[in-house]
Amino acid sequence: MHPGIIFLGVIVGSVLFHIYTPWWWTDIASNWGAMDDTINLTFWIGGGVFILVCLFMVYCILKFSYKEGRKVEYKPEDHKLEKILTIATTVGVIALLAPGLIVYNNYINTPKNALQVEVNAWQWGWQYRLPGEDGILGTAQVEKISDDNPFGINLDDPNGKDDILIQDDVLHLKTDRPVKILLRSLDVLHNYYVPQFRAKMDAIPGIISYYWFEPNKIGEYEVLCAEYCGVGHYAMRAKVIVESESNYKNWINEQETFSDLIAKQENDKLKTTLIAKNND
Amino acid sequence: MSDEYNQQNTPLEAQSSETMSGSSGTPSKDIDYVRPAELPEQDLYHGHSFITKWVFCQDAKIIGIQYFLTAVFTGIVGLILSWLMRLQLGYPDLVPFITAEHYYQFVTMHGMIMVVYFLTALFLGGFGNYLIPLMVGARDMVFPYVNMVSFWMFFIAVCVLMASFFVPGGPTGAGWTLYPPQAILPGTPGSNMGITLMLISLSLFVIGFTMGGLNYIITILQARTRGMTLMRMPLTIWGIFTATALAMLAFPALLVSCIMMTLDKMLGTSFFMPAILQAGEVLSYGGGSPVLFQHLFWFFGHPEVYIVALPAFGIVSDLISVHARKNIFGYRMMVWAIVGIGALSFFVWAHHMYVSGMNPWFGFFFATTTLIIAVPTALKVYNWIITLFRANIRMNTVMLFCLGFIVTFVNGGITGIFLGNVAVDIPLSDTYFVIAHFHMVMGIAPLMVIMGAVYHWFPLVAGRMLSEKLGKWHFWFTFLGAYSIYFPMHYLGFIGVPRRYYEMYDSPYVTSATGMNEFITVAALIVGFSQLIFIYNIVTSLKIGKPAGKNPWKANSLEWLTPDVPPTHGNWGEKLPVVHRWPYDFNVPGAKEDYITQTTPPSEVINAEVEKT
Repeated sequence: MHPGIIFLGVIVGSVLFHIYTPWWWTDIASNWGAMDDTINLTFWIGGGVFILVCLFMVYCILKFSYKEGRKVEYKPEDHKLEKILTIATTVGVIALLAPGLIVYNNYINTPKNALQVEVNAWQWGWQYRLPGEDGILGTAQVEKISDDNPFGINLDDPNGKDDILIQDDVLHLKTDRPVKILLRSLDVLHNYYVPQFRAKMDAIPGIISYYWFEPNKIGEYEVLCAEYCGVGHYAMRAKVIVESESNYKNWINEQETFSDLIAKQENDKLKTTLIAKNND
Repeated sequence: MSDEYNQQNTPLEAQSSETMSGSSGTPSKDIDYVRPAELPEQDLYHGHSFITKWVFCQDAKIIGIQYFLTAVFTGIVGLILSWLMRLQLGYPDLVPFITAEHYYQFVTMHGMIMVVYFLTALFLGGFGNYLIPLMVGARDMVFPYVNMVSFWMFFIAVCVLMASFFVPGGPTGAGWTLYPPQAILPGTPGSNMGITLMLISLSLFVIGFTMGGLNYIITILQARTRGMTLMRMPLTIWGIFTATALAMLAFPALLVSCIMMTLDKMLGTSFFMPAILQAGEVLSYGGGSPVLFQHLFWFFGHPEVYIVALPAFGIVSDLISVHARKNIFGYRMMVWAIVGIGALSFFVWAHHMYVSGMNPWFGFFFATTTLIIAVPTALKVYNWIITLFRANIRMNTVMLFCLGFIVTFVNGGITGIFLGNVAVDIPLSDTYFVIAHFHMVMGIAPLMVIMGAVYHWFPLVAGRMLSEKLGKWHFWFTFLGAYSIYFPMHYLGFIGVPRRYYEMYDSPYVTSATGMNEFITVAALIVGFSQLIFIYNIVTSLKIGKPAGKNPWKANSLEWLTPDVPPTHGNWGEKLPVVHRWPYDFNVPGAKEDYITQTTPPSEVINAEVEKT
């Protein structure tokens, strides 16, 4: 068999695989449909170029296989052709880049009404902090973390007192409301990634990074750590539950604020002292 | 043809062909005139004992072979590691000793070995050493002694790297990118001796490579023979030259980041280490930036991609031209594309960091520069396939590997456009799409070139041909197998399967991936084992291969025109060759044969209508 036929088979096989593949995007559950669209556009343009280039190659090797004394073209350069190809490629590249940059611009500009959620990552687990009624998260530092203050919130910062602390890896979100994820890491790099939301960003110790999305489908989603973080990386999973406004309210009302936690701890301390006194 | 570098001094009137003399502006009626040499000939040290001839050898050709064999050895280690990873992914729990720790160690060592110790050393150390002096018409590298030291530094670097397999805690499992803080913290396997040895080994590699690299650059710039102008150099040399220049500028970034991380590890400095809480304790670090390491690493890491790719581009251009019996289309554009890609490669590094938490505004700049680099790269692809158009293509093993390169490179190049475009990269980064992309474009594609190049130049190195029949089997197993490993893998990335996962468990949306993972593992085992055909072919052909004779491919470039095959120390016998033309004069109208070697003076092919190039 002529090798050209096998190469042709590879091209046709690739196209058929793409058409009949059972493996494709997980159903999107956020506002980032534009990312999927950009990828599909890239697929069409890029896939088209791949097929054309390979088919031209196959044509050449089928047509111009070695024959003694075949007349070969001698043309070291062709400025016109080179110019046309340069311009066509540049146009194609711009067609891919421009929509990509527009989508990216949306990605880095968070809407004003976005709900803030701080994601705390460590080896190997997650916890969350939400702003209280003031809508502002208190400042926090790794050095201040202790058993009494699991998020390292600055005690002098009044904004931190009403922060809602969720010492659990399940996060609840309201449907159809943008969320700004603020990422904090206590030790190494991590990445809070839900495939259905498409968005992701690394959490870096010492810096607060962010991204945003708007969940728009009620359901439960698995969170995967998407930045290698040591031997427990593959097991660093969590859960996001997207639910209706009313269910979300019920959930948030059950959560503890930082001042609740301090009060509880002082209460505990008081009790311990009392018990100690009684024992004396 | 080999003796014809005796310069012919008979003056002839130029009539039919352009004067090909390299001396622009020298009025001369002698169409064979070539400007005289400016430098005296090099004195070479000839080894006498076994040790000076074969071990501490100063002959670039032997050093090239030493580099080649050492790199291939590390490559085989890397291949075996990839099998172990694939076994875990395809059939979890089948091999009991592959724990999560071991899996991450295999991932890390596989990556680092393949990128640095295999591909870089093979292309520049191996092909560079063997081919540069031969192709530019020099007797050897300009600093043969430094060249020898360069190889032995590389050898020590490999020994240190391999030693890390045997230290307590094993080799580092930090991922080949070695991102701090995890690389030097106890949550990562091999975070004591393993990472330290890795950093030392990389530093030694860079030091050794700098010695070699200076040699390649200076040899190409200073030791070209008479008539070998820059624009008459084979594209192989252009590729290796530009890649070496990139390496000289990029490797220092790796070296400093290695040194800084070693200091963080050993002396407790905080270059890359912010305040960290581990196991309830605040560590003594503070104020450093993990993102700084990523910038340094990728400032090296992205040019590194082109350090591997550019020699492959150059070599494949030459192989295609020789075996298609046609000049490479658009030579000058090919040269400028190589140089342009090399220069641009220093302005795109942060496309590896779109989701790293760096300032998000960088995304616009780096997406734009990254997609700009697609233009010269695409032009190179067009020129390769246009070279095939109206050519006379020998469908031998070498050509098959070139075609395999084109298919895999175009495939991987286009997925590169996905990942370079920042909005598209966000969902795909850190998934199997990335794995599929970079294995296709800088794993399989350069490997295709390496294998094609071995089939092409083996007759020169060994004086015997490799078996075509075995070669074709080897090609189809490798190409079809590798393609079926990596093509479907892109689709795992679409599902969202993250990379560097020891096990997926039963995540609801990835159960469908199990079948594909098994298939990929089987394909990987087949591709790996089929390399035994290659090794068998090489070993047997050394003894029983058909004698190659001189210039068996009817090529034009200088390496085939040595008086002895295989070339001896000093390469050229008594007199250096004199070059009269570029190496791509195939099927020139009016010429008797379908090729005109670089040393053929115009007066011998008086009727050939050579275009001025």
